[in-house]
Amino acid sequence: MKIKKNIAISDSGFIFNPSTGDSFSVNPIGLEIIKLLKDEKSSDEIKKHILKTYAIDESTIEKDYYDFLKMLEANKLSAEHDKVN
Amino acid sequence: MEPTTLIAQPPVKDKKGKRRKITVAVTGLNAIDSPGPGVAVIRALRESTEYEVRIIGLSYETLEPGIYMHEIVDKTYQIPFPSAGIDNIFERLEYISSVEKIDVLFPNFDAELYNFIKMADKLKKELGIHTFLPTMEQFEARHKSNLNEYGKKNGLSVPYSKMIFSTAEIPSLTKEFTYPMVVKGKFYEAAIAYNPDQVASHFNKISAKWGLPIIIQQFVHGAEVNVCAIGDGKGNTIGAVPMRKQYITDKGKAWAGIALDDERLLEETKKLFAATKWRGGLELEYIKTSDDEYYLLEINPRFPAWVYLTVGCGQNQPEAAVKLALGEAVQPMTNYDVGKMFIRYSWDMIVNLDEFEKISTLGEL
Repeated sequence: MKIKKNIAISDSGFIFNPSTGDSFSVNPIGLEIIKLLKDEKSSDEIKKHILKTYAIDESTIEKDYYDFLKMLEANKLSAEHDKVN
Repeated sequence: MEPTTLIAQPPVKDKKGKRRKITVAVTGLNAIDSPGPGVAVIRALRESTEYEVRIIGLSYETLEPGIYMHEIVDKTYQIPFPSAGIDNIFERLEYISSVEKIDVLFPNFDAELYNFIKMADKLKKELGIHTFLPTMEQFEARHKSNLNEYGKKNGLSVPYSKMIFSTAEIPSLTKEFTYPMVVKGKFYEAAIAYNPDQVASHFNKISAKWGLPIIIQQFVHGAEVNVCAIGDGKGNTIGAVPMRKQYITDKGKAWAGIALDDERLLEETKKLFAATKWRGGLELEYIKTSDDEYYLLEINPRFPAWVYLTVGCGQNQPEAAVKLALGEAVQPMTNYDVGKMFIRYSWDMIVNLDEFEKISTLGEL
């Protein structure tokens, strides 16, 4: 998944979607994932990075990671929405 | 967008580079919970880089807050309600302009526009007062009651609507609409109805206030997004800022909003100005559905109360309107700051009784 190009991401974890005016707060891990997505890292690369950096098992990261992507999609932060905006 | 050049004019600033002094008369001083745009327009004009404005407030009621905001309005004159007719209003403006030399008149209410559009030529010819208003044809065509037709003609998606004149028409509405539907007044107010009883109740309430017809519009789910814009009357967009309402009052008014980066809304606005050659400021009200479809709900034929956000975003649209009124060249403003927000607030002013007495008895303050 890719993050929309015009999404503004601050270091505090504040995310702003200028197309819809919506804003969100994410925790430090969420912020890390969004930044990696914005850098066009693949899901495998991101999951590997999280596994290496944090004390977490593979099945938990698998579940939480895809939950998080679903949330990004539902809130129109994924690049698929670029087509219409 | 191609830059627009109107007619060649001397620079607005004088030889010393100072701002030129002009007098602008402004209505809509009712900065209340459902605010008129007057105070926002004046704030914009006071921040003009080209004009040093003297502001003449034109009020209808004695408790319009702008009357008492002396740092905003220099002098206020009460004027007759629009229902008093053109002759009475003109007569009052004739008196006011014998005291104040008004360069530009800046009306801000839908309900008064008809009169001001009608008397625009006379105001200019006899009193030297300039305006920059839509033509009567443009003004009439965008009425809520004509919006369906307007949408079809100009290629805009508009939720289906129809006029009704009596509560007897309510039972048959389900042939053309599904619940919920929106019940709207001719000029102001709208309410959502979920059943025939609610339609009847809103019909009675709104028609008692604003008269007939009542407009029934198909309800569309989505986010309310609006555009504040100005057209030069030749089909060009001089400025446009899209905004999403973030906090909405129980009267449906934006109490907070944020400027959006929405190419589609800007395209829709340009399309509308190109098709209609709209002259002056306006507000376009859209609903954006979850499927990213845009439906035009209303065209308000004047700047909205949130017009000061355009100044905050880098487009002084009221200043552009004054320049256009004076026949001066205006370059289209194509950039604005995305993510700028406005948050409205209320403020209790302490007013001495003698001020209230003056405006109540003399009609001037």
